[in-house]
Amino acid sequence: MTQLIDKPPAKELPNEQLIELLRKMMLIRRFETKAAEMYAKQKIAGFLHLYNGEEAVAVGAISALNDDDQLLTHYRDHGHALARGVEPGRIMAELFGKETGVSGGRGGSMHLFDTEKSFMGGYAIVCGHLPLACGLALANQRLKNGRIVICFFGDGAVNEGEFHESLNLAAVWKLPVIFMCENNFYGMGTDIRRVSAVIEIYKRAAAYAMPSKQVDGMNVLEMYGETLKAAERVRAGEGPSFLEAICFRYRGHSMADPEAYRDRGQTERWRELDPIITFRKTLTEDGVIDEGAFQTLEAEVEDIVNEAVRFAEESPVPQLEELYTHVYKEDS
Amino acid sequence: MAEMSFRGALRLTLQEELQADENVILMGEDIGAYGGSYSVTKGLFDEFGPERVMDTPISESVVVGAGIGAAMGGLRPIVELMTINFSLLALDQIVNNAAKLSYMSAGQIHVPMVIRMASGAGSQLSSQHSQSLEGWYAHIPGIKVVVPYTPRDARGLLKTAFNEQNPVIFIEHTALYARKGEVPDEDYAIPFGQAEVMREGADVTLIGYSGSVYQTLGAADILEEAGREADVINLRTLRPLDVDTIVASVRKTHRAVVIEDDWKFGGFAGEIAAIIMEEAFDDLDGPVARVCGADVPMPYAKALEQSALPNPQQIADAALALF
Repeated sequence: MTQLIDKPPAKELPNEQLIELLRKMMLIRRFETKAAEMYAKQKIAGFLHLYNGEEAVAVGAISALNDDDQLLTHYRDHGHALARGVEPGRIMAELFGKETGVSGGRGGSMHLFDTEKSFMGGYAIVCGHLPLACGLALANQRLKNGRIVICFFGDGAVNEGEFHESLNLAAVWKLPVIFMCENNFYGMGTDIRRVSAVIEIYKRAAAYAMPSKQVDGMNVLEMYGETLKAAERVRAGEGPSFLEAICFRYRGHSMADPEAYRDRGQTERWRELDPIITFRKTLTEDGVIDEGAFQTLEAEVEDIVNEAVRFAEESPVPQLEELYTHVYKEDS
Repeated sequence: MAEMSFRGALRLTLQEELQADENVILMGEDIGAYGGSYSVTKGLFDEFGPERVMDTPISESVVVGAGIGAAMGGLRPIVELMTINFSLLALDQIVNNAAKLSYMSAGQIHVPMVIRMASGAGSQLSSQHSQSLEGWYAHIPGIKVVVPYTPRDARGLLKTAFNEQNPVIFIEHTALYARKGEVPDEDYAIPFGQAEVMREGADVTLIGYSGSVYQTLGAADILEEAGREADVINLRTLRPLDVDTIVASVRKTHRAVVIEDDWKFGGFAGEIAAIIMEEAFDDLDGPVARVCGADVPMPYAKALEQSALPNPQQIADAALALF
């Protein structure tokens, strides 16, 4: 059964939970920056998609849910995993392709899984995980276990057929799922205005009679509050909800992206809205933290990330004899 | 033993599983109130209701994907895709998700689901409704591919599919639905990877699966009249494949013909031929022959359609050419 954790409205969050929101965003930022360094050192291979700039979306939304609500996301998935409480060392080990990684070195950056944390995975076919979210929600509905599903995807996903199929099915079966669109305005390197007839993505949910709202994805408290409201409605059995989080990724689509398609000034303007800086300022003005407390948090996340790297470095690579393990579940 | 149609054997098995386990659900287009495009699920909607026998939108991708998600979430979904032709709309879910989740998650996630679909030609449905793409699915590690021929196969293999922890593609040739056969009264299951030798003979091995076994048995009759005795192998599953039965037969007969409705170029018959070459090259008295569907989109006109499908005489001729 679902855990009955008290989730107060955003305005009533106690100080320690406010600080925890800030700490988680800082952890993600530091983790991603370190991952980029490790990629440059060729400790990490393949595709590496970083979440810098979008931290408030994952942290705000996931903090508003119960720990056993299932979470699915796209391939830019480190932030969601960290926000859910997946062990940073095991995430970094996965990026390093180590046996101790959350996916045993099978998945890499794009395919983090930790089912014990109800983190049901990062998926790398754009929009391919929305149908799975419907199915998990169907199971919850049928098993009456009180759990709901949150499914993160980008603005690039909304022109896929599976997007429309999933929203329709979720609405017609009243499935307990929150569709969380992270609109960062670029599907890989293509500006949303060049490929989408309707750029206010939340409006598309109206075609499926689904409540939807645009929210400030740079504001962790707004993300928390609006997700909490959506979750209450979804958990009450009233059907799916849709949120569009307006956000911006500071870095390229992946490490291979030179960002020739957009000017640097745009990124700099968004940095003025930085979710960590602005939230820190709010907490400081409200007297929740001071400079000393912030420095302590910084030191803390620095230690966690350094420890994650050490763990990843020292972990063994997967055994070659294990190449064929897990293709099928063997009969027990 | 009771005589039962292929369709009836499937329906009985689905009914029993729905009765046995509350977490079994059927999902598909027109499987409920309509009774199923091929009447396999007829009556189940009335017996189990719309929450167990779920009519879906015509949205193959989300139907399969929701089946995968439901399996991840603890249900036992059986998805019906009406036909293999429509399954192409769900290929992303089958290939990129169902087949890979166990591996990518290092065994944290399993997808115990069955995806049923009709296949094959012969009813003058033209190019978009007459394909036999079983071999495509057999190409993918992470899924299992089941191709029953007899009503006994249908029931026994579906039982096994229900007990699987892995995604199963269960393919039903449309020409078989009304065909009748003996089905054991007792509870039984046919393990995957066990071909059936339908008929024994020392001179040549004929290997078929699904609907093509019918033509293959016809060819064996023709061969008998010509004084040649054939081993006829019904593969029953393509993945896993019963290599042992194939190889043992070829070691005995020294000649092999592989039969399938699908196109020859790049098809599953070529895979079987290659396996025979790898495993029993020195036992062969000649090249492995293939009798497959013509290399064309399926035509509508009856005579054209029939000429595009393997027939008993073609198969027998291919076998006799090996002597």
